[in-house]
This record gives sequence, structure tokens and C-alpha cells, in this order.
Amino acid sequence: MIVAERKKIPELFDIVKEHKKLLVLGCGTCVTVCLAGGEREVGILSSALRISSRLRGVDLAVEELTIERQCDNVFIEQAADAVERNDAVLSLGCGAGVQAIAERYHSKPVYAGLNTTFIGVLEEQGIWAEKCAACGACVLHDYGGICPVTRCAKRMLNGPCGGSREDRCEVRADSPCAWQLIYARLKEIGQLDKLRRVAPPKNWSHSIDGGQRLIVRQDHRI
Amino acid sequence: MENSEFQPSVLAFCCHYCAYAAADLAGTMRIQYPPNVRIIRTPCTGRLETEFLIKAFETGADGVLVAGCLEGGCHYTSGNLYAKRRVQYMCDMLDEIGLEKERLRMVNISAAMARPLSDAITDMVETVRKLGPSPVPHNGHKSSASLKS
Repeated sequence: MIVAERKKIPELFDIVKEHKKLLVLGCGTCVTVCLAGGEREVGILSSALRISSRLRGVDLAVEELTIERQCDNVFIEQAADAVERNDAVLSLGCGAGVQAIAERYHSKPVYAGLNTTFIGVLEEQGIWAEKCAACGACVLHDYGGICPVTRCAKRMLNGPCGGSREDRCEVRADSPCAWQLIYARLKEIGQLDKLRRVAPPKNWSHSIDGGQRLIVRQDHRI
Repeated sequence: MENSEFQPSVLAFCCHYCAYAAADLAGTMRIQYPPNVRIIRTPCTGRLETEFLIKAFETGADGVLVAGCLEGGCHYTSGNLYAKRRVQYMCDMLDEIGLEKERLRMVNISAAMARPLSDAITDMVETVRKLGPSPVPHNGHKSSASLKS
């Protein structure tokens, strides 16, 4: 799922301070699960902004609302009245949610309250780890389900760099060496021979560079 | 600013099994502690959400004391450990907001520790007295701090 983190209060206050009426809009899906932008976090952040504004003598009224998802029109339209009532929206959705809200309610300033960070999973309570970089050309089948793009600090596709110490990455000592993990996994599933294949340089054209990526399913278009 | 007239308003969230029992015992033993504290009984300090702590400051508390069981002695096993982390998170957030983090404190008290609890309350009230009234205006009123500055 998408994992994000709240921006710091001073930065947020700076962004919203010129408005008189602010709607803090939460999202009930990914950001609720990663404890960054759900109903509870909306409540906490709204209180924090009220306190911040009063401390600085700034007149700011903060309204709170959380919708199920900020990336779906069906839910976005439920926020219409609240958006109308306020001067600006501080969205606690992921980057996609913020932009969807901004597109739908284009006459109001819409700001992002979170830094959307990665696609990842909850590894243990309170710790989320990046798993996927959305590179657009998945090669997990060649690496035993362990991604060399996200897990290896050097994004190496053809085996370890040789710099690992014990089983730790040379670049990030708090990370295990991804290639050690890949080796162990391929051994476990009996696919070690995949390591003999030399992967060509990755085609990054499917990834983040080159503008907005689109996926079109003609079979679903009328 | 004259702090001698200032009477701090401190909220004390006390867990039912330990801290509240200790407060009760302090009463039975006729131990005196400052009246500036308002005790709120919770089943366990683990019940405290971060929102309760921040709402306390939003609505004008000058200080907040969280009193839970001794670590390892929580009636619900680890409620006080959750509270410890939430209080730490809230202290960091107070810093971000611009309030003094000393306005929020957690102490660990067992049901027999009536005197240490009253000492903790006295110490907290004194700390908050020195810090001065909360600079957060609330209920449409300016805080006394901003009125005098």
C-alpha cells in the first residue's frame, strides 16, 4: 500500500496561515493504515494547527472531515459541501488523493499535508518498509520475489557488489544485503540457476522519468 | 509578567488501578498537595489517545500529567508502555507546535505510593508555575500571558 508521513507542523502552518477557514481532509484507506492521514490523525493535526495559529495570533478556523478514499469521485463528491464552506483544503491523502481533490475542486487551493513516500508493507507494529518502486517493468520473477530495485541500495541486477559486511549492506548498515536475501530465497525455491543469467541494463523508460504514465484498457472503454 | 498570581491548571490522567488508588490513599493519609490539579480517572493510561493530550492543551490546560502503573506492573500488562510512547510523541509534537514540552509529563506510580504521587503532582504544578500560563488563547479569550505582554 501507499505509505506516507505527516509533514512537520511548522511547514504545514506556513503553507496554510494566510487562510481564515481551512478544511483538513483525511482519507480512510492507505494513509489510515499507515497512521498518517486517517480520521484520528485529522483530529490531532487540526488541534495542532488551531493551537499553532492561536499562539501566533493568526485567526484560523479548522474543520475536519475524513472520506473513505480521495482517489475516487464517488467519495470525493461527499466532501463538496465542506470544501465549499472553507477557503482552502489541507488534504491528508497520498499524492494521488491530493491531486484528485485539487482537480475536482479546482477553484479552491488544495495543499498536501503528507509526504507520500513509498509503496510498502507493515513489517512489524509501527514499522513500514518500502517494497516497490513502481518501476513499471517488474523483474521479481527472476529474483525470488525480492526486488533488487528497492532492496539493493545500488539497484544492482546482476549479483552482489561484494561490499557487504557480515550480511549488511555497504551503503546502509541498518539494511540487510538484498543479494544475500535473494540468494537465500532462490536457493530455498530451487531456482539458483537464475543467477547465472546476466540481466541487461534495466529499461527505465517505464519508470518515473518521461512524464505522466498512463495505462489504457481499451476493452473497458466505451 | 507576574507569576506569583498565576495559579496553574494541571490535568492529571490517573489510571484506576495504580495512580488513582495512590491519590485515594493520599487523601486517606491526609497528605497535602496543591489543589491546582484536576484528576481524571482512566481505566488504564493505555486508554489515553494522543487526541486527549492535545485537546487538553487546546482547551487551555497549563500542564498535563499522566500517571500510570510502574513499568511491568500495569494491570493490563502493557497499557502504560503504550502511554509512555504516546506521551513521548505528544512531547515532540508540542515542540513542533511551539509549546514547551515540559508542560507534559508521565510518571509511574504504584497504588501504595501516595507520597511519591503527591510529590509528583507538587513538582508538576511548580514546573508549570515557573513556565507560566499556557500561551494558547482559548474559548475566545486571550490568554493572560498575551494580555500582559
